[in-house]
Amino acid sequence: MSSFSDDLDQFRSEVAAFIAEKCPQKLKDMPADQRTVCWGGKRFNFTCDEQRIWMENAASVGLTAPRWPVEYGGAGLNRGQEKIFREEMAKAKAPSPLESFGLWMLGPALLAFGTHEQKLKYLPDITNGRIRWCQGYSEPGAGSDLASVQTRAEDKGDHWVVNGSKIWTSYANHADWIFALVRTDKDAPKHKGISFMLIDMEADGVSTKPIKLISGASPFCETFFDDVTVPKSDEAGNSRIVGELNRGWDVAKHLLTHEREMIGGGGSGAASGVLGGRSLGAFIDTLDEHIMDDPVIRAETMELEIDTLAMGMTLERYKDMAKQGGVGHASAMLKYSGTELNKRRYEILMSITGSEGVEWAGDHGTLAPEWLRTKANSIEGGTSEVMLDILSKRVLELPSS
Amino acid sequence: MVASLVPTEDEVMLRDAARGFLQESSPVTAFRANRDAGRTYDPGLWKEMAQMGWTGVLLPEDAGGSEMGHRAAGILSEEMGEVLAASPFISTAVMAATALKGAANDRLAGIASGDAIYALAVDEGPKHAPLRTDLKAEKSGNAFKLSGRKVFVADGGAATRVLVLARTGGTAGEADGLTLFDIDAARAGLTRTAKRTVDERDHAQLDFDNVDATGDDVVGEVDGGMAAIATALNAGQAALSAELLGVSAGAFGMTTGYLKERKQFGRTIGSFQALQHRAAHLFAEIEITASAIANAGRVMDEDPDNAEIAVSIAKARATQTAKLAVSEGVQMHGGIGMTDEFDMGFFMKRARVGAEWLGDYGYHAARVAKARGF
Repeated sequence: MSSFSDDLDQFRSEVAAFIAEKCPQKLKDMPADQRTVCWGGKRFNFTCDEQRIWMENAASVGLTAPRWPVEYGGAGLNRGQEKIFREEMAKAKAPSPLESFGLWMLGPALLAFGTHEQKLKYLPDITNGRIRWCQGYSEPGAGSDLASVQTRAEDKGDHWVVNGSKIWTSYANHADWIFALVRTDKDAPKHKGISFMLIDMEADGVSTKPIKLISGASPFCETFFDDVTVPKSDEAGNSRIVGELNRGWDVAKHLLTHEREMIGGGGSGAASGVLGGRSLGAFIDTLDEHIMDDPVIRAETMELEIDTLAMGMTLERYKDMAKQGGVGHASAMLKYSGTELNKRRYEILMSITGSEGVEWAGDHGTLAPEWLRTKANSIEGGTSEVMLDILSKRVLELPSS
Repeated sequence: MVASLVPTEDEVMLRDAARGFLQESSPVTAFRANRDAGRTYDPGLWKEMAQMGWTGVLLPEDAGGSEMGHRAAGILSEEMGEVLAASPFISTAVMAATALKGAANDRLAGIASGDAIYALAVDEGPKHAPLRTDLKAEKSGNAFKLSGRKVFVADGGAATRVLVLARTGGTAGEADGLTLFDIDAARAGLTRTAKRTVDERDHAQLDFDNVDATGDDVVGEVDGGMAAIATALNAGQAALSAELLGVSAGAFGMTTGYLKERKQFGRTIGSFQALQHRAAHLFAEIEITASAIANAGRVMDEDPDNAEIAVSIAKARATQTAKLAVSEGVQMHGGIGMTDEFDMGFFMKRARVGAEWLGDYGYHAARVAKARGF
């Protein structure tokens, strides 16, 4: 049972009071920024003590995972309550108490595919910020063709021995555990021999190496597994595999849908980044006053603004559709259109800032690295072309070749 | 309480009912038959629409309407667009009904019953530009004499009444000094010349030669014509956007159907990735535009005085999406898409006329940009 009232008006005042009392003012005054995100984990350096206090306060009543069941460390809120909680946080300018791949990806996977015991073991450590997870999907030889994973786990009786490497593992160098797709049956058809495995990053043989991108430093790493021993089950008898053995592809597919919706969300107008919540018009006001005199630039900018606003409406509509029973494979549209739009947005931001925009750290802050970074938007989480494949086959039901 | 962009149960029922009726009474084959017979619209179909209450979709109950609102009007327009049903719905049931909201009930009752057909006479040049109105309404006592020309007047041939925007003061380009008149289409001095447009619908040029009007014919205030017509134009643009979304969906449905059935090189052409990706991209564009259409209807219902930006986003998107849908439709059909015997061309022609009517992409993009501060 949630410790909050079911009555929405009552809930609003309860949660507002909670935020007022339990989120330190210093955090509310801090500008929202990539660098001040609270990721949690054993090795996390909190920006300040207040960040830790807010995370712990929120976790103590489950509000780091508002919708998860109370027994697994969540707050057991319904959709309406969660919405109100987010509204009240925004109103108070309180930052999110905790963000992590555990909350976004592993948690939903465990909730859908895990056993009760697995949920009890892993989920509370996610909600209280004790364990930070990273995701091990892509490999140097398995990008768009994700199911061709080569990292293999050999069955050694009571344990697995894992060998191989993963790429694009965000924040692997800061993570405590990794959830990874590994091949557990090399003779089965490629989608059928994969398992979804939980691996301790402190285990012998696990190492990471950061990847520098065209935009500069990045959260991405390569992660190597060199004869890593993974027990088949822990002391309490919990399997290290989520879902059935050799059926990890089902779990992965489920999660990819999540990831697509998240990345597609960037299309609505980038609350983060150089615009920092400002409208395009407000940003233009800070630029050279003649910039919109160029008819081509003006036309491109107007078109971008129309498409951005329409994309925002689409995200709203799809969110409501999801609440009423789901959007299914059409979420690939959000990913495709949202990321392509974001790339266009940054091309235009570069164009309207002109020579000021090409400095690594000039008047427009991190615009240039942000622009370069957007080029990955239509690659990560499934390329635009894969999204178009999904739409044509699953939504439009066009025939396979 | 802001409404969701997902349709309500009532709206789903309205759409199903409209679709069922239109597929029965006005499939694209009916449009072709009208075209071949030189009919720009089907009066019988219009009567049936009135009987079903479509003409009263925006009118209050005491005027014989159902006051279902602009979202509902959008749903009806979209369904008409999908089967290319030609009717004076947008001119009469949407724009005139909105402009005359405060008028006497008997005038509104004529709209609800389907007996009155309205045309909105605004533009005088090749591009939509209400402020460029130059048609003179010279004042003499309590009366006016209207002289000048209006072009591209949709439903101007069938209209029994004309809402005409005229200049009572100021000069072309100014918002002040415009006055909206509601006059009988048969009034002396008004000559209507039918123009055959590519979409084969009712469009006319209206020439006013000292047409008499009185103060009773004025809608809203003298010199306050823009205020009197602004919401009606927004309403018409929102409904037309919905129609264009329907046109897009109609063309797209034909196209995906063809991709699943046509064989070349021993394969169903829908299995070619080059075509799959074109179709999937078009699907994405239609979905995004559908959101803008739903939003425009919502804002028109909830906050009609501040709907300009929502409506312009809808019209801009709908114009571009329809253009894409019909050109991709012809391309993916190949040669057959170019033949008159095949329906795709009808969608293309309606999309082009719809793109121009009530403001093209540039007109609406400029309104959005202005509202968004650049």
